[in-house]
Amino acid sequence: MATRKKAAVPPPPPPPPRTLFEKIWDSHVVHRQDDGTCVIYIDRHLVHEVTSPQAFEGLRMAHRPVRRPEATIALADHNTPTTDLSLGIPDEESRIQVETLEKNVAEFGVPYFGLQDPRRGIVHVTGPEQGFTLPGTTIVCGDSHTSTHGAFGALAFGIGTSEVEHVLATQTLIQKPAKNMRVAVEGSLPLGVTAKDVILAIIAKLGTAGGTGYVIEYAGRAIREMTMEGRMTVCNMSIEAGARAGLIAPDETTFQYLFGRPNAPKGGAWDLALGQWRRLPSDKGAHFDAQIDLNASDIPPMVTWGTSPQDALPITDVVPDPANAPDEARREAWTRSLAYMGLTPGTKLVDVPVDRVFIGSCTNGRIEDLRAAAEIVKGRKVASTVSAMVVPGSGLVKAEAEKEGLDKIFLEAGFEWRIQGCSMCLAMNADRLEPGQRCASTSNRNFEGRQGRGGRTHLLSPAMAAAAAIKGTLADVRDFQ
Amino acid sequence: MEKFTTLRGVAAPMPMVNIDTDMIIPKNFLKTIKRTGLKDGLFYELRWTADGQKKDFVLDQPAYQNAKIIVAGPNFGCGSSREHAPWALLDFGIRCVISESFADIFYNNCFKNGILPIKVPKEIIDKLMDDASRGSNAVIEVDLEKQEIKGPDGGTVHFDIDPFRKHCLLNGLDDIGLTMEKKPEIDDFETRQKESQPWLYAAE
Ligand code: SF4
Repeated sequence: MATRKKAAVPPPPPPPPRTLFEKIWDSHVVHRQDDGTCVIYIDRHLVHEVTSPQAFEGLRMAHRPVRRPEATIALADHNTPTTDLSLGIPDEESRIQVETLEKNVAEFGVPYFGLQDPRRGIVHVTGPEQGFTLPGTTIVCGDSHTSTHGAFGALAFGIGTSEVEHVLATQTLIQKPAKNMRVAVEGSLPLGVTAKDVILAIIAKLGTAGGTGYVIEYAGRAIREMTMEGRMTVCNMSIEAGARAGLIAPDETTFQYLFGRPNAPKGGAWDLALGQWRRLPSDKGAHFDAQIDLNASDIPPMVTWGTSPQDALPITDVVPDPANAPDEARREAWTRSLAYMGLTPGTKLVDVPVDRVFIGSCTNGRIEDLRAAAEIVKGRKVASTVSAMVVPGSGLVKAEAEKEGLDKIFLEAGFEWRIQGCSMCLAMNADRLEPGQRCASTSNRNFEGRQGRGGRTHLLSPAMAAAAAIKGTLADVRDFQ
Repeated sequence: MEKFTTLRGVAAPMPMVNIDTDMIIPKNFLKTIKRTGLKDGLFYELRWTADGQKKDFVLDQPAYQNAKIIVAGPNFGCGSSREHAPWALLDFGIRCVISESFADIFYNNCFKNGILPIKVPKEIIDKLMDDASRGSNAVIEVDLEKQEIKGPDGGTVHFDIDPFRKHCLLNGLDDIGLTMEKKPEIDDFETRQKESQPWLYAAE
């Protein structure tokens, strides 16, 4: 047989550029149906007391075990008292819910941080703190603010209770990929402007449904210059723009934060992980279905005036007039919001008096948030008309703040210093607004009744909340610096 | 899960935009450890005043007390992931919500509970909202197989839906059961991942 010269094999075409989201997605597909529906693998699962009882009950009824208990952490955060834990939980229904969780984790062998465990905190504070949240992983929780963990370059999203059961049983979910949106914040943030102001400005621009169907990747210099705490604040509120998840490419800031955390890789595994994590950022030329650009220098300190997180304005602005709403639907929504909020169009936002101040939540209950608030509070006093409280996001945040003497600063100024938990972010425990009370709050939702029936919520940054506590009205933090 | 094939019932109009899950079922009803019995909490703060008086909310008006369908303003179900929202709707007897748009998690949760969320364009919503405002005459028919909504005056409109979700709803299929059949693939995935990312398995 005549020998034939082998044709030169052409080099394989370079793989198409992919986004961070696509890389994580592709590496977690277990099974893909022809219609694009996928079974995707879930690396990490956070479980809390409110959205899990029916999921465990479902497992029990079907005689199914938890597939990977060690990929799961459970704790109670929503219902827990913030004043005194030695008495247990006085509210009967709350107590039953927490006891149910304790029974379930014992029966199914799921790791659990008990009520008195200092690692216990709001799930979205505890997960990152423990190094449970890692770049390139998929993370879910029966909680919409799971988007927080996207700050580490992890694909993290909230799920319903049926899906909690699905993950417990199979360690997977049935999903279709989301679309990609890139939100770039270029330039550096001006003095007094924080991650919270950035995300409020983004939501105001996108609208509360603008992100529906998308995973948002935040990029640009202002985002890169943020600490992990700031990035978590940004990703946390992605859901308030309707997005499925928020993402930020992991970088040195991420790696530094993670190094040495209890669940982070150690030794040789750390180096191996770093090598993989460095390949995660979106490739040059990757396709985004939508792109939004903001300039950091245009973002002032922000505050919400209405009952949707998109109702955010610069603190220097006035309460808007429904007559100027862009369309009929919004005119109706604004009118309803203003009636609920008890506000008159044209009133300067800095003239709006507040009754309560809440510093805490999975958006702004981390150490850096407490430091920022303490800096404003130091040497000043809470206005006599205001009742103000600080609720750390976890026991470890609380301990760190106490080590730094922040608790003293808050207490001397007249703040209450509480035990960690969700607290007045959603008022499932005893911490809530009375009807008509107005609150400057560092949480993430200003919906009707969110902080207590009839309660009126203004969302803002920790430093802005501190300024409001001292002035007794909404205030421009730049006047305090 | 109960199958969804066809549904005929009164449709209640709720034109408000951004009806969030805190509104659909307020937090004080989230302390339950069951899926059932949540109808009393459905739209609680819209239905009751703080001192326990009825507010004449649409679902309490005689014409709509047995509503099976809601025609809603855009971005229905935004906010919290609580599945208590579809549980409460279901407990009241609502099996279908029609809107211009839904929040992702709520939309997903509906399918897990035999509720059909239908997305249609604004012109159709405007028409259905009109129809729904006719009180007990606002009987709407939904046929999932044919993907059709029939209004009280007989006109029909088509709606789109993901074929896989449609299949699951029509047959009342249990997601977990379906995924369990993929066990070998999940096992394989874990074996590969354990090799390439052993730190994700360090605790085991
Ligand atoms: S702090 Fe608020 S938003 Fe965050 S998990 Fe708790 S209740 Fe949800």
